[in-house]
Amino acid sequence: MSERLRIGVVGLGKMGLSHFAMVNPHPLTDTLACDQPGFITDVLSKNIAAPVVKGFDALMADEALQAVVIATPSKLHAPMVRTALERGLHVFCEKPFCLDWTDSVALADLAEEKGLVNRVGYHYRHVGAFAELKRIVDSGALGRITHVIAEAYGPVVLRSKRATWRTDKTEGGGCLYDYAAHPLNLLNWYFGTPKQVMGSDLGHVFSQETDDQVMSTMRFDNGPVAQLSVNWSDESHRKMSTKITIMGTKGRAYADRQECQVYLREEDENLPDYGKGWSVKYTTELTQDEWFYLRGEEYSAQIARFVEAAIAGKDEAQENTFRSAAETDRTMAMIIENAETGHPVGEAPTPVKPEPRKRGWLRR
Amino acid sequence: MDKLLFGDNQFFGINHMSEEKARAQAMRFQETDAILSVLGSAYDAGIRTFMCTTHDRIGEIVEAQKKDPKRWEGFTYYPCMPYAHKYANAVTEQGMVGALTGFMPDDGLLKTALTGTKALATKDVDGIARVLIDMEMKMFRGQNTPVVFIQNVFTDLLMGMGFHSAFRVFHDHIKEKYNAEPAYITMNMPMLLEVLEGQGIEKPIICSNINKIGFRMSGGFDAYLDALKSGRVRAVAMSVYASGAIPADEAIHWLSELPGVESLVFGASSRGNIEGTKALVDKYMGTS
Repeated sequence: MSERLRIGVVGLGKMGLSHFAMVNPHPLTDTLACDQPGFITDVLSKNIAAPVVKGFDALMADEALQAVVIATPSKLHAPMVRTALERGLHVFCEKPFCLDWTDSVALADLAEEKGLVNRVGYHYRHVGAFAELKRIVDSGALGRITHVIAEAYGPVVLRSKRATWRTDKTEGGGCLYDYAAHPLNLLNWYFGTPKQVMGSDLGHVFSQETDDQVMSTMRFDNGPVAQLSVNWSDESHRKMSTKITIMGTKGRAYADRQECQVYLREEDENLPDYGKGWSVKYTTELTQDEWFYLRGEEYSAQIARFVEAAIAGKDEAQENTFRSAAETDRTMAMIIENAETGHPVGEAPTPVKPEPRKRGWLRR
Repeated sequence: MDKLLFGDNQFFGINHMSEEKARAQAMRFQETDAILSVLGSAYDAGIRTFMCTTHDRIGEIVEAQKKDPKRWEGFTYYPCMPYAHKYANAVTEQGMVGALTGFMPDDGLLKTALTGTKALATKDVDGIARVLIDMEMKMFRGQNTPVVFIQNVFTDLLMGMGFHSAFRVFHDHIKEKYNAEPAYITMNMPMLLEVLEGQGIEKPIICSNINKIGFRMSGGFDAYLDALKSGRVRAVAMSVYASGAIPADEAIHWLSELPGVESLVFGASSRGNIEGTKALVDKYMGTS
């Protein structure tokens, strides 16, 4: 166990620069930036104090390196993560994890076998309101959950335009991987992997090559049916807006980045801080400050938890492991298959049980 | 600086409490006249400074105000640049160099440099930054802009990367070309203060969250208080009400007793809230 962490941030695009800007000022890191030689590496190497490493191989050759953040285009995730794990590094990978979900499972196996800390950047699990929703779902206070709506909207592709990797499906671009992955990952967190996916549509709005909107219906064990509605060609939203609505036999809950609204038909001993009727909790009370704020506590928090775990050298059942991200990759594969074939993917879930599964409300 | 500055988040559907409220505000303020009417209420309440993002809509406001100079006599703008989502969305759509190129003036030498050989561009971050600042300042031509801010996402991105010389470029360009005070918005005030001092920037104007409950005061409540007490910073407080979590009277009373706080910026949409905050500032911080 060392006291500081030597960590490389690979891929200096929009997410990579953002990660680098949060890892670098962390008081316990020695941070290296890494990308293919080009405009960004030239500019940075002339202007910042942190070492700028040109090329992934050169970074892997750094003998003292202990951890990496992989923020390269999605199709590069699987090979780079494998190399890093085989090299014995703790790995934080940007979402989506792997384009082939069997790679995701294999890499989760490898990381666990080697005892390396492994995380994927599904930052919504670190948003106070969505974590609160997890606590509410697990408390059982909503009764048997039957009806779920998962939505995300935002202004990414607003006109026909030239292609980048984000608009190339084979490179992990498109609204499904970029946007829908987030609400899907939250559904996986709350309800697991869907048993059956149907009615999926990956639609074009402005893009030629890839999807700009995603719709799907997912059936989970123990009752919930979820509808997914995602569109990244929606100019009416200033930035990405994700929301989850959950209805059950004993109440309803809604969360977005700012707030969590709950309606309970009766008080519930497993959720003592919410009364009968409506309660609202705001981000101000659900949020904790981190050491550095760039664009939301959730982004800082996921980096902080990774750095702390890597320094401790062990992975204690935390959120956003490779294993959990593999569930989301699997779910996206089901949606793609369903959209392509028109046939439902998976088997119908087990019949609805009359009683909700009870879990301790402290367990998250 | 005036004690009380009027902010613009409410005009652009930014509300840190609720997406519903944010949308309702976006609907209400889609007409420029609706914004002008609220600015008029602020002016009539004695507020003279508008701290505003370099959003395209602000350009419309400035144009409208220019047409009625008598109504807006003494009105001052503190531009906050850049409007970050414009750049973030462009980078997603066009990539880094594509986005940068898109924001350069069409006839500029730098655009040619960026799209052609990279050699000039890589050596000339200074030049690119100056051109981008000038593009953002265009909408305020001929207006009074004595203080110019960098938005927190950019400040904190540059600081996080360790791109500290950019602050010096901004500082020098704002002073030299606009004869204005360079200023910085951040979510990490104590850290930024150190960084700016490292660039030889003394007693900077820094706008950051300062509120009684420590909401989004990254780096720690105590570090903020220490920085304020040290006399090394001219602080502008934002999120004084912590998105409504602190009652107005209590929030401003608390703020008024802090050393080093020269101003507070607030956003409001109703005459009542504007006059209420102005009265509290006059009561606790003295009229400016």
